Amino acid sequence: MTQSGPILGSTRLTEEQVLLREAVRVLADERVAPRAAAIDRDGAFPEDIRQLLAEHDVFAIPFAERHGGLGADLLTLILAIEQLSRACATTGLILAVQALGAIPIQGAGTPEQQDRWLPGLASGEKLIAFALTEPDAGSDPSGIRTKAVRDGNDYVIDGGKRFISHASVADYVVVFAVTNPEADKPSRRLSAILVETDRPGFTVARVEHKMGLRGSPTAELAFEGLRVPVANRLGEEGQGFAIAMQTFERSRPGIAAQAVGIAQGALEAAAAYAGQRRQFGRPIGELQMVQAMLADMDASTEAARHLLYTACEEIEAGNTDAARWAAIAKLVAGDTAMRVTTDAVQVFGGYGYIDEYPVERMMRDAKITQLYEGTQQIQRLIVARSLLARG
Amino acid sequence: MRILVMTKPVPDPAANAERLGANLRLDRAASPTVVNGNDEYGLEAALQLVQAHGGEVAILTMAPATGVETMRKALAMGAMSGVLVADDALAGADIPTTIRVLAAAAATQAWDLLIGGLDTSDGAGGVVTAGVAARLGLPLLSAAARIEPDPAARRVRVQRLSAKGHDLLEAPMPAVISATQALGTPRYPTLKGIMAARTRQITMLTLADLGADMLPIGGQWPSRVLGVLPPPSRAAGRTVTGDPAAQAREIADYLADQRII
Repeated sequence: MTQSGPILGSTRLTEEQVLLREAVRVLADERVAPRAAAIDRDGAFPEDIRQLLAEHDVFAIPFAERHGGLGADLLTLILAIEQLSRACATTGLILAVQALGAIPIQGAGTPEQQDRWLPGLASGEKLIAFALTEPDAGSDPSGIRTKAVRDGNDYVIDGGKRFISHASVADYVVVFAVTNPEADKPSRRLSAILVETDRPGFTVARVEHKMGLRGSPTAELAFEGLRVPVANRLGEEGQGFAIAMQTFERSRPGIAAQAVGIAQGALEAAAAYAGQRRQFGRPIGELQMVQAMLADMDASTEAARHLLYTACEEIEAGNTDAARWAAIAKLVAGDTAMRVTTDAVQVFGGYGYIDEYPVERMMRDAKITQLYEGTQQIQRLIVARSLLARG
Repeated sequence: MRILVMTKPVPDPAANAERLGANLRLDRAASPTVVNGNDEYGLEAALQLVQAHGGEVAILTMAPATGVETMRKALAMGAMSGVLVADDALAGADIPTTIRVLAAAAATQAWDLLIGGLDTSDGAGGVVTAGVAARLGLPLLSAAARIEPDPAARRVRVQRLSAKGHDLLEAPMPAVISATQALGTPRYPTLKGIMAARTRQITMLTLADLGADMLPIGGQWPSRVLGVLPPPSRAAGRTVTGDPAAQAREIADYLADQRII
């Protein structure tokens, strides 16, 4: 049986997963890929792509059917992020961030809160962002300074956040703020509060100029006397840190999927180029040094992919070591994406370094997967802690 | 309004893997299949018509049982049900047999419009939809670029592509329409559409359900494929050079000679 698309490993997937992946692949190849270079060049959020994902129910994937979603599992979401990122990493992140921001509502929200906010997110009519990081609190959330002080039925939030994906285009931001400064453990000081971005006191202070993912706005936020009803709090007071960590167990696979998708896109571009580019009277793909690079790129991408798929299955099955599975999936996928995209540029030679071909963009985009949702160093810390805790 | 669209599974032209197998018949395992392009244009038009006028679209396919897979793609676009005629005795069926079978199968369904592609990208005979209309004794509105039904008056009007532009055709419903690319770009199925398509009803029919006179007498196809050749490569184009005004005149003269303008 000939495959119309790239070979992507299907034997472990359900019929439903194969169908949805194929539909997203077609959208990615035919509608997203032709826009990828311009999205990178323009450096603006691609509203047309957001509409495309909304119209085709791509946003609906990680939401329950009662909220207008497809009720798909984590692996199905990961397949979609991977296919979108294969064409355009910025587009893959649109879905990944929507899923990320929704997890605290799905995991800690009341049924009323879920009914209020999730349908708009599932349809793509509303966008959400996740705001944990601050200028002085990245890898170490105990340094968070943003505070939310009770005032009657409201919280009044003061402070700010930095490096928040989509914060400048989102309708909602899940803000992690200190509500219990006196708690004995730093991990009991935070609460998660959903903030509608049209509230007075919410300001986008600036949008960063980035190396890659240039269509995905990354914003700094300032909160001044930002008043939000207590009813917007997700979970109990002081549970914010736990909610954030549980969120990462389900969101880091999304970043790993973005990384695998970027690697796959770069591999395909490099293999196609190696078949066309002629030097020494023949295609460079006939040179063993190039063949070896392509083979290593393929093998490591496939290895990262299947580690990720396994991690998704373990996390979905409720594995108590979910944090470790999420961390090793992102660790391996992020490093793979960086190496594979760097090698792809090498296969292209000087042409890889200019924007006539997509691999320089993919290399710039790959770097972020080693940095956000926990640096690779933080992932290693999580894995090592899990190992050592077993005694 | 109920519209029945004939959707043939054909080798995906994008895969470029169309191959002949035994007896010069299509090797169906060699290539992924898609809904034939002109059928898909007709399906898109049908879906838009029921959105505008109310009603429902169903699909009709004659294919091996594996045709269900391709039919799901059409159902994912928005067709609500399907009929698949699958019978081992139809392997290698020729055009007259295909016409008899599709006409008989269409007659088992209630519809106001029956739409099929002007031709198919594999066989390219280009007569099946017209043949079905003839067999059913219904008006054929061919090479449609636009379809405008008037359900209240039970009439349908079609803009037909012609060498000079459009012909306007009008007929009472039920009627048969052959579809072209000019009807517009088919939609991509939504993910919810794909999921819903998995549970939509596909009614399976065999020759036993369609009456006795479907197969040719004696069991031999009256036509036989002797060989298959790729189309000749296109001849080099003619280049017009010189003064722009003279170029324009030369091109206009040529188009007039060809009776294009």
